[in-house]
Amino acid sequence: MENRPLEYDYTVAKMFMLTTIILGIVGMAIGVFIAFELAFPGLNTVFGEGLAEYTNFSRLRPLHTDAVAFGFTVSGIFATWFYVGQRVLKVSMAESKFLMFIGKLQFWLYVIGVAAVVVSLFMGYTTSKEYAEFEWPIDIAIVVVWVLWGVSIFGLIGIRREKSLYISIWYYIATFLGVAMLYLFNNMEVPTMLATSPAGESAIGDWMHSVSMYAGTNDALVQWWYGHNAVAFVFTVPIIAMIYYFLPKESGQAIYSYKLSLLSFWGLMFVYLWAGGHHLLFSTVPDWMQTMGSIFSVILILPSWGSAINMLLTMKGEWQQVAASPLIKFMVLASTFYMFSTLEGPIQAIKSVNAIAHFTDWIVGHVHDGTLGWVGFMIIAALYHMAPRVFKRELYSKSLMAAQFWIQTLGIVLYFTSMWIAGITQGMMWRAHDEFGNLAYSFIDTVDVLHPYYALRGTGGLLYLAGFFIFAYNIYKTWTSNKEVDAERLNASPMGA
Amino acid sequence: MDLNEFAAYGYFFLVVFLVVGLYSYIYHLYKNRKDATGVDYEHYSNMALHDDIDSTPVKPVSHEKEN
Repeated sequence: MENRPLEYDYTVAKMFMLTTIILGIVGMAIGVFIAFELAFPGLNTVFGEGLAEYTNFSRLRPLHTDAVAFGFTVSGIFATWFYVGQRVLKVSMAESKFLMFIGKLQFWLYVIGVAAVVVSLFMGYTTSKEYAEFEWPIDIAIVVVWVLWGVSIFGLIGIRREKSLYISIWYYIATFLGVAMLYLFNNMEVPTMLATSPAGESAIGDWMHSVSMYAGTNDALVQWWYGHNAVAFVFTVPIIAMIYYFLPKESGQAIYSYKLSLLSFWGLMFVYLWAGGHHLLFSTVPDWMQTMGSIFSVILILPSWGSAINMLLTMKGEWQQVAASPLIKFMVLASTFYMFSTLEGPIQAIKSVNAIAHFTDWIVGHVHDGTLGWVGFMIIAALYHMAPRVFKRELYSKSLMAAQFWIQTLGIVLYFTSMWIAGITQGMMWRAHDEFGNLAYSFIDTVDVLHPYYALRGTGGLLYLAGFFIFAYNIYKTWTSNKEVDAERLNASPMGA
Repeated sequence: MDLNEFAAYGYFFLVVFLVVGLYSYIYHLYKNRKDATGVDYEHYSNMALHDDIDSTPVKPVSHEKEN
């Protein structure tokens, strides 16, 4: 057998890069479509009355959120793990047939899980819990995928050459443990087939319909402990794992302060889990719990900014790289959007602000400047950095990358500014009343006023999606190009014009 | 003292404990600068910067495997 030098093996990373891009397109396209449905309700039946059941806003909305969160983002997390994990532990997956098998098994089970999610949500099977809509058989499949990922993480750590675990590994481990805990507890559910009616009838339910094991306010509390920490452990923690690897690596700069990265890590872990109560302000949840949710949300600024400032300062003295490289631009803007949304979130969690913001489009705007600006940009940057190294080809086009950056940035700005105005308008109109306490506006008045902002939001989303197509094209052309790179670049990724 | 009161005290002291723990950790990191094995924390950044499979590890596992 040929005695080749040992290399990192990116087979599984490449598989997940593919699903990151495909599910990104699917999730974002559905998002754009339903954004326009809100502005132009006729679109609900644009494919005919017969299909309206499948194309209406409420059927498609969970498909959008789940496809971008558990499709695009989670694929991105897996893809980067199977890249970064090997590199910072200095061990190749080619060294373990077992881990390679587990990685591939994880991928194929994940694909089957995604297919089951898409089909079941389209058919209308849902537990009706936000971001936890999957029925119990799919939950079980997801747990298996997650356990396999855990085997990969700890298996790779077990055979490592580098004794210390780089800060990104800490964040990946936290993602694994956090999501495992959240997912198991929030998805405790019983199929209604097993239930008995008060009259004593049994077997009157359905195997594919389940109810939560928690009831009423408790259910809401567990749900938002889950819901907000899904933001923590899917949209924040693993994305920090990525930026702590990819920004220093692409720029060639050591992390500004490794110590700050460690204490921000523990700060984030300590504070985040308590903040979910801010989703239930002014509800039936005990008042002290609402106050606690508010306070911890405000404190959350500290560890969040600790990470974000650490990233921006990593570029200290090297800002010409931001001007020169669109790849660095993506990451610097990602950390800027991270700072921005982690300031906006705590502001919205203050009770008096929340009295206006709750249930309005401002919340939707907040989620999207975090996900589009921070999560989306960081995953895009990670894949751009990985592409020349896993395909051993020069990145196809730097100018396309720059065009994508500006188109998507404009898209994000249109998105959050329109939702700010829409949300605050909505909140103020709902509250307005005359001297006798009669409401000044009916709901439909707000719908009329918001129409232009909804159209603008759809346009912003469309621009972001257009940029994402440019991204997909650029990666595809990189993959299939003939501009091979002989030796891997230490830092700045090689880019064609 | 009923269970709720007990839980409230427990919660308060847990928060105090965690806050003291976190700040002691920060103080420890910045005072010692190096971890127990004598490696400056800042050197750990090199795990990302020099991450080729044949790069020298910042801190190799004790029984280094043969390539």
